[in-house]
Amino acid sequence: MIEAQSLSKNYGEKRAVDDLSFVVRPGVVTGFLGPNGSGKSTTMRLILGLDAPTAGLVTVNGKAYREHVAPLHEVGALLEARSVHTGRSAQNHLLAVAQTHGIPKRRVGELIDLVGLHDVAKKRAGDFSLGMGQRLGIATALLGDPATVMLDEPVNGLDPEGIHWIRNLLKQLAAEGRTVFVSSHLMSEMALTADHLIVIGRGRLIADTSVEEFVNGASKKIVRVRSPQAEKLRGLVAGSDVSVLALEPGVLEITGLTAEQIGDAAATNGVTLHELTPQQASLEEAFMELTRDDIEFRAGSGELEDAA
Amino acid sequence: MTDVRLTGPMPRLPHTGRVTQLRVVVSEWTKLRSVRSTRWSLLIGAVLTIGFPLLFAAVTSSRWGHMSPSERANRNPLDIALAGVNVSQLAIAVLGVLVITAEYSTGMIRASFTAVPKRLPVLWAKLGVFSVVAFVLSLPAVLIAFFASQAILSRHQILQISFFHAGVARSVIGGAVYLMLVGAFAMALGASIRNTAGGISAFAAIFFVIPPLLNVLPSSWNNAINPYLPSEAARSIFSLTHGPHSLAPGPGAALFVGYTLLAIAIAAVLLVRRDT
Repeated sequence: MIEAQSLSKNYGEKRAVDDLSFVVRPGVVTGFLGPNGSGKSTTMRLILGLDAPTAGLVTVNGKAYREHVAPLHEVGALLEARSVHTGRSAQNHLLAVAQTHGIPKRRVGELIDLVGLHDVAKKRAGDFSLGMGQRLGIATALLGDPATVMLDEPVNGLDPEGIHWIRNLLKQLAAEGRTVFVSSHLMSEMALTADHLIVIGRGRLIADTSVEEFVNGASKKIVRVRSPQAEKLRGLVAGSDVSVLALEPGVLEITGLTAEQIGDAAATNGVTLHELTPQQASLEEAFMELTRDDIEFRAGSGELEDAA
Repeated sequence: MTDVRLTGPMPRLPHTGRVTQLRVVVSEWTKLRSVRSTRWSLLIGAVLTIGFPLLFAAVTSSRWGHMSPSERANRNPLDIALAGVNVSQLAIAVLGVLVITAEYSTGMIRASFTAVPKRLPVLWAKLGVFSVVAFVLSLPAVLIAFFASQAILSRHQILQISFFHAGVARSVIGGAVYLMLVGAFAMALGASIRNTAGGISAFAAIFFVIPPLLNVLPSSWNNAINPYLPSEAARSIFSLTHGPHSLAPGPGAALFVGYTLLAIAIAAVLLVRRDT
């Protein structure tokens, strides 16, 4: 369980996290979603007490992280930035972390096997590929058999087999009753693993909802229509709440009306339809829609909206 | 790349232990011994501590017949025996800085502070482990340097001094104490500055730049200030002779321990307060 209350963090003039409140519950995978630079990594550092909040409070399993007597049994974390001495072997890195809690050496071996680093366990971590470094980070996170697992962009640099493994692992950890909090800037990744979503943009909370509600709630209803009399149909459906986009001659995308309403209007007025398809917005589109105003540096802003 | 497989469900950990200072010490010992550059720096420190006295003893011994009486009078057996300390202090100081700043440059510090979020136990453990290691390696090195240089000089029956002569044992063992304290002082600088180049520069400035700079001051000022500089106070720990413008070993050691504790206190406050 992670609870953030009105969490804010300033770096100089810049506000990285802005009055963020949320609860991450055990038993499900909670996705932490936002564009790059939206404050996800900062929030995770605040949760671990690596950075101190400018205002607000965050607790893990009921206490500030720093107050736990055995923090690695409470939270296992993988941060986005690499957190391993490049001159030390994977095995010695894990051993040094384990020893702070008196975790036996046997456990280090178990986790090296679990993440598949057996053959390179004695090699310098500085020579690891991005994917191997990521596996070492995951092994470090799981060392203390933690009640809460928090991973920042865990699939970065993993091969398809590794990505598949991490998805299953996250689901399994949640099924065991743990709190699982995973950040990503990729909607598609979250669609496959997360049950619940916390979405932020420019440090502010945008949505705190289930994946299903997120898609339904955020997507505007778009209907694709193909008709030889497209121009006539356009005139018929026009209204203040309706926007019509001509994709190509004879094909329209109508926003603001249901397929039924468009079909009825066409029938009443004798317009021939060759296609009438309600478009299911993807999670990706829903995300883009919600975070549209919250992406800080955006190329060619404004023009897309004008076209519609 | 090696074939990498991902296997099975996550094994459970039946044991749950809390963080203790002793456990953090064990962890820091693992960290110190598991990086190759640490082992090299310590080995180089020991080699320099022993090597320079042997070299100087051999040169002095072979040139003795060509030296003028005044030149001979200027030779001091302890200066020869402890000549290496002046060189190896740089290796020890660099390592002291590096033990903490390398954690910042590699990002390891995030793993360290995630495991030990109260942070101070990490600083205490690093200081303790490094100081003990530096002393345990330096002590045999200065003893070997003393007895081996004396053995070389004894072939020409020159510059002989007993280990039990007043102040000799204190100076020789003081060389090892000096290296240990310099290492701890440098580590505290590294912990405050958090950057390898910055930490080493700060150490070099305090030990090698400021003292000669004071020579441009009127000599009465220089003589008044100089003994109280960290570098000069520290040096009195292993100097056999003490002039009118240097501190006695006891007060000198106490003053440098004070400087070191001050540097550690600043590092501790910054360590707890700053973001990582």
